[in-house]
Amino acid sequence: MKIDRRGFLKIGGLGILGVAVKPVIDVVSKVKLAEASAKKRVLVEKRLAMVVNLKNCKEGCTDCINACHGVHNVPDIANPKDEIKWIWTESYEKAFPDQEHRFIGGGMKGSPAILLCNHCDNPSCVRVCPTKATFKREDGIVMMDYHRCIGCRFCMAACPYGSRSFNWRDPRPFIKKINPNFPTRTKGVVEKCNFCEERLAKGLIPACVESCKNKALAFGNVEEPNSEIRGILRSNYTIRRKPGLGTGPQIYYIV
Amino acid sequence: MFEKALIGSKKYWGLVIGLLAIMGVGAIFYLQQWNYGLGITGMSRDVSWGLYIAQFTFLVGVAASAVMVVLPYYLHNYKAFGRITILGEFVAVASVIMCLVFIIADLGQPTRALNIVLYPTPNSILFWDMIVLNGYLLLNILIGWNVLASERKSVPPPAWVKPLIYISIPWAVSIHTVTAFIYAGLPGRGFWLTAIMAPRFLASAFAGGPALLILLSLIIRRFTKFDPGKEAIQNLGKIVAYAMATNVFFILLEIFTVFYSQIPEHMHHFEYIFAGLEGHGKLVPWMWTSVSLAVLSLILLVNPITRRREGILALACVIVFVSLWIEKGFALVVTGFIPSPLGRVFEYSPTIPEILITLGVWAMGFLILVVLYKIAVTVKEEIEA
Ligand code: SF4
Ligand code: SF4
Repeated sequence: MKIDRRGFLKIGGLGILGVAVKPVIDVVSKVKLAEASAKKRVLVEKRLAMVVNLKNCKEGCTDCINACHGVHNVPDIANPKDEIKWIWTESYEKAFPDQEHRFIGGGMKGSPAILLCNHCDNPSCVRVCPTKATFKREDGIVMMDYHRCIGCRFCMAACPYGSRSFNWRDPRPFIKKINPNFPTRTKGVVEKCNFCEERLAKGLIPACVESCKNKALAFGNVEEPNSEIRGILRSNYTIRRKPGLGTGPQIYYIV
Repeated sequence: MFEKALIGSKKYWGLVIGLLAIMGVGAIFYLQQWNYGLGITGMSRDVSWGLYIAQFTFLVGVAASAVMVVLPYYLHNYKAFGRITILGEFVAVASVIMCLVFIIADLGQPTRALNIVLYPTPNSILFWDMIVLNGYLLLNILIGWNVLASERKSVPPPAWVKPLIYISIPWAVSIHTVTAFIYAGLPGRGFWLTAIMAPRFLASAFAGGPALLILLSLIIRRFTKFDPGKEAIQNLGKIVAYAMATNVFFILLEIFTVFYSQIPEHMHHFEYIFAGLEGHGKLVPWMWTSVSLAVLSLILLVNPITRRREGILALACVIVFVSLWIEKGFALVVTGFIPSPLGRVFEYSPTIPEILITLGVWAMGFLILVVLYKIAVTVKEEIEA
């Protein structure tokens, strides 16, 4: 198993000791020292993730979608050609094509699954972007810089989850009520879920999680063993979308 | 030498003006795209690349016309191609310029195109494609122009051109390979996720590029006093035959792997183009046309009796070109998105503005080609006179 990051930090700490006690110890320690001090910027080691409890998700409910699309000025373009969505529902079979079979039980068949960007650990969208307009933060959030994006849509071809939308036209006329605290986008750039990074910065939880009355969504730091989300992951069996592709999706589903 | 492009017959000017007119129409519609956004095209959230990127992909292949004449001439001293290397190089120049323009036409924010250079990102294949395409363009302009200029003065080309020529040969391989990598490295796009993508690109390029070159050579012989030479044309014909046969073979390999392994994520795309999926089959007639044309072209090209008849060879080249255009200039790109990663079959067809913009870029490419050929052919005519 990989050394997790906290473990790595501890090793890094030992490295510091090593350098202090035995200056000749080795180069590796110095490297680790540098790593450890670089990591100091992030106080707590983080890997943000989400759990979706499909059992709690009520058919026909769109609270999370409305909350997200409302705060993020996501336009409501009904036409499926030009549509933009950050979080949406799809049938269980479409969301988990590799889990699909004739006898799906437990009420899952055809039931809606909440989909959003998986904030992958190894995101193929980030790998292909020619301008670093899409990038992964230290805490795992895969972000978009709307001012740098050239609109080549390589990231859309690379995302195996269909998480990304492109502004085929000016989105502003389709925003019902503009939230002045969040930027609107222009035509010609790609957008997707940002894990509510602007809310996290203010100490709030993601809008979708907050809006869900049925406790179907949970959010947190999976690197923190005592976090609520780790507790949920410990006590429930969870699956992820297309794990075989090696992207390391960070949305976990309880089915 | 450029002045040679400014003196010409009525026919020449007619052609130039005709192409300018098509470009003008394209420009008007591009302006509309500029104002409205890429929504005026048929592309969608599911099929996010369409005609433009497909043209780019196809035209990278056409640029191979240069290497297929340069390599035998410079590495094997095959004299018959000496007369037409310049024609191959100028086709490469025109097609690479078209490639670059198609990429720009496809960008949502074209004014930010320079971000690729300002924030160089070596892990992105598009970054490398920008480098190899621009490099290949520069190489062919430098080589073509200098060799032609020295030919005109009846002196050997400057010494520094030789190394460039040698570099241009592996460089040509790189443009097809890197372009194939754009597609072949994406998880979750079963249609493209195949290591044979780059070999397929090379094979189809080595068929399509020389096929166009044969047609252009025949046209030049018809309308000017310069004769590219029967032997050169015949041998290009053999190259097209081999390359096309290899291309068809590679596609058959792909079909075997996909249908024998029965992995749905790979199979659905092929089902979509050859049989239709969930009642959607817009591409089916196109694909079968492409397949039939490919078979027909092979019959005409492999058989020496038909290949040696120039009229039939020309016909075979047109057939090769059309067949490859359908396969690479349309189906290859679009089918990668159908069905979508969520299993949705959302079809794509280009809109009228999109088609007119595409024609405009093609007209621009042909205009560049016509002007360059005018210069080259006039110089050649003078030398021979
Ligand atoms: S789900 Fe798609 S868009 Fe989101 S990080 Fe993963 S690859 Fe990128
Ligand atoms: S569309 Fe924007 S974010 Fe996506 S790959 Fe291109 S530049 Fe990067």
